[in-house]
Amino acid sequence: MDTPPASTASSRHQGRLGRDVQAKIGNQLRAIYDDVVNEGVPDRFVELLKRLDEKGERGNEP
Amino acid sequence: MTLDPSVRDAVLTAVPSLRAFAISLSGNVDRADDLVQETLLRALANIDSFEPGSNMPAWLFTILRNLFRSEYRKRRREVEDADGSYAQSLKSQPEQTGHVEFQEFRGALNKLPPDQREALILVGASGFSYEEAAEICGCAVGTIKSRVNRARARLADMLSIESMEDFGPDHATRAILAGGSR
Repeated sequence: MDTPPASTASSRHQGRLGRDVQAKIGNQLRAIYDDVVNEGVPDRFVELLKRLDEKGERGNEP
Repeated sequence: MTLDPSVRDAVLTAVPSLRAFAISLSGNVDRADDLVQETLLRALANIDSFEPGSNMPAWLFTILRNLFRSEYRKRRREVEDADGSYAQSLKSQPEQTGHVEFQEFRGALNKLPPDQREALILVGASGFSYEEAAEICGCAVGTIKSRVNRARARLADMLSIESMEDFGPDHATRAILAGGSR
């Protein structure tokens, strides 16, 4: 860790993490998650919904 | 079934995040996309049970999670992991995106118990509140909070151990990879 803990409030609860550690974890987590999110909606799902919709319009199943 | 356009839009809007969640559960893009597809089929077949105006993403995440859970349980029974091959297949899936700097983190994330990983992702990446995450996972809010805390603590533990290895020869290799692969 390159920054000292901002406070030792951590001693109150063992295993309480420093804010910098939490931030680092949060950033990395969001980065790998957003990598996928930024791919948008793959065509197969757009087509799937379109297909389901058309099926419904052509005649509702009994 | 004729889809209300606003419902369809709400479903499509949730897809990117559903995929990211599915990948984090299954560790595999193809399986994740199948899971998302199954989720959408299931959701639209039961669209009448969705209350208009309520939380569409949370509803879809709940369906996806339940599908994954039942599929995973079934598979584990089938294989019963005599030689650990199913567990191995989960671990050896290729990374979906090739950012070298996240490989360590991804590795640590995959080592978390599934309950903790899913709680951390729902709250820390999908942006659900503790209450929503509890609803999705079918457990108490306090359970989610403690899972998230334990997940963070374990990650911090694993990553600081691994970052000590950064001073070894592997560090140089990684630096070259990081510099050369862009």
